[in-house]
Amino acid sequence: MSEKRIRVLVAKPGLDGHDRGAKVIAQALRDAGMEVVYTGLRQTPEQIVSAALQEDVNVVGMSILSGAHATLFPLVVNLLKEKGAGDILVVGGGIIPDEDVPDLKAAGIAEVFGPGTPLESVVKYIQANVKN
Amino acid sequence: MFKQDQLDKIAAKKEGWSAKLAATMKKRPERVEKFAVDSGVDINTVYTPLDLADMDYDRDLGLPGEYPFTRGVQPNLYRGRLWTMRQYAGFGSAEETNQRFRYLLEQGQTGLSCAFDLPTQIGYDSDHPLAKGEIGKVGVAIDSLADMEILFDQIPLGKVSTSMTINAPAGVLLAMYIACAEKQGFNKSQINGTIQNDVIKEYICRGTYILPPEPSMRLISNIFEFCSKEIPQWNTISISGYHIREAGATAAQEIAFTLADGIAYVDAAIKAGLDVDTFGPRLSFFFNAHLNFLEEVAKFRAARRVWAKVMRERFGAKNPRSWTLRFHTQTAGVSLTAQQPMVNIMRTAFEALSAVLGGTQSLHTNSYDEALALPCDESVMIALRTQQVIGYEIGVCDMVDPLGGSYYIESLTNGLEKIAWDYIEKIDALGGAATASAIEYMQKEIHNSAYQYQLAIDNKKKTVIGVNSFHMEEKPPEGLLKVDLSVGERQEAKLRKVKAERDNAKVESLLQAIREAAQSDANLIPVFVDAVKEYVTLGEICGVLRDVFGEYKQQIVF
Repeated sequence: MSEKRIRVLVAKPGLDGHDRGAKVIAQALRDAGMEVVYTGLRQTPEQIVSAALQEDVNVVGMSILSGAHATLFPLVVNLLKEKGAGDILVVGGGIIPDEDVPDLKAAGIAEVFGPGTPLESVVKYIQANVKN
Repeated sequence: MFKQDQLDKIAAKKEGWSAKLAATMKKRPERVEKFAVDSGVDINTVYTPLDLADMDYDRDLGLPGEYPFTRGVQPNLYRGRLWTMRQYAGFGSAEETNQRFRYLLEQGQTGLSCAFDLPTQIGYDSDHPLAKGEIGKVGVAIDSLADMEILFDQIPLGKVSTSMTINAPAGVLLAMYIACAEKQGFNKSQINGTIQNDVIKEYICRGTYILPPEPSMRLISNIFEFCSKEIPQWNTISISGYHIREAGATAAQEIAFTLADGIAYVDAAIKAGLDVDTFGPRLSFFFNAHLNFLEEVAKFRAARRVWAKVMRERFGAKNPRSWTLRFHTQTAGVSLTAQQPMVNIMRTAFEALSAVLGGTQSLHTNSYDEALALPCDESVMIALRTQQVIGYEIGVCDMVDPLGGSYYIESLTNGLEKIAWDYIEKIDALGGAATASAIEYMQKEIHNSAYQYQLAIDNKKKTVIGVNSFHMEEKPPEGLLKVDLSVGERQEAKLRKVKAERDNAKVESLLQAIREAAQSDANLIPVFVDAVKEYVTLGEICGVLRDVFGEYKQQIVF
């Protein structure tokens, strides 16, 4: 891997206000040496994609706990592709039933991290899969 | 509490015992380097009267139902009536939630607790672009009185009590509830229930804010005033530590930040010209019941004592009912695991027991499948049965505050109280909980605690069965509740129908009346009631408020 630091956008699409997980992940990625930007709550897919492009990130990590993941995660992936940023690694987390995971992966979400995931697995996954 | 010669005797004995303890520890080293609760109070091997040498029974504990209410707010507590068993429910459309409510009432539940979907909580109708994918997901979608009428169909609002988890638009939903009860033939003075109405914790951690602090605090004071005159049984606010704890706070931070928020509401209402004893008795609270069983029991006791002192000493309340901290409890959602979900039944039972031993007035027990999805009928039933086991089978409700007087419990109650006061002083120094700098401070403290908690799980300082220890192969879970995806379309269609059938000229003039009231000093709740009766929607009313007051901009802290 090159010396360049990995840049990550941690994003909260949808309306749910539970960002404990998003902020803990953001802190863990930062402590692992990545540069992390957190969008804050209530971001539309358009806002997330525009922030990702503006911040020139390698990774977008999204967190949803309301159940709106099936609608919103794929919208972000599609918009990134439309803007020519399909090489950005997109991962997600939250309260996401196992049975929804295959569809999300088919829609371009590289990995889904459910409840109980150790921070280190997220860090390692990103380090191993990011495209610089 | 203890005579000096008694204490001297115990101290002398303890000296000899400590030597024995040191020798034992050489042979049997302790499991961890240091025992402590997450709030930051160290735990000794054993507690004795020496740990309570400064305690004054009358000053620090008193009897149940008496100042400072450490032992409870009622003289006979559950010997008179058990707590209200109140399961939080709501999903999909008003029709589906109405069915769940009626199921819960048939199963012996004694009060309703309504969850609203996120667009409703943020004051958007179902046809708003931001509502996409969220309609009916975490609660029921309510756009207008038409939905509320379906939600409470065949449920007599003059007879059940209903708690509504609604904050920023609380005044509007309260107005709909009043209108609905009146349509059922009840007088509004007969209705009984709670609105959460706690906006500060939305800024801190829960996220369903709409307006900036100043107009939000005004709306809250409007509700206090309106209810004290019109619906005196109503709990006008549920000042909530639950979400603060879920976001990562420790038990001591939960007490401190919740009561600091309470202080801000009381301050605002007094500034608005209200007398503390007119609204003080109707303030209610909402706490979390987490895993550290004895720390939680101590937390509830400490919170009651701190609030009693705040109301009597700081605000000069004269009515003893203003001094009492009455609270609802919910078991800790964050303690549930997606792995081995049945184990969550045990976690929830212990958490619920801590709330009962802490003297809660009402209780929600989480369902075992909630780390995976919204709960199914079966898991909700087991959660309710858990409360019934505690209430009817295990004998803990036959006396008040049975753990009171335990050297450890009293010592920990004192320890948590001290940390809480230190935080309250810091928040006072920052200008009070409704100010930007205090909100930012609390957010930072909560985030730091959350991060430490996660690190403790990751490095196995904290054991979580199924997550970092005692793993096993599992079959994928079955029977999870799925919210019907067509609910969004159905809800939008209903909304179109309501808008087509109502008197739209009247709607325009009612919205104008709301705008004018918002721009003046008038109380907004009566104009909300007039408006919702004519099927003006939640989104329309909140749209006017957004227009007049602007929107809150989140502070991003991590």
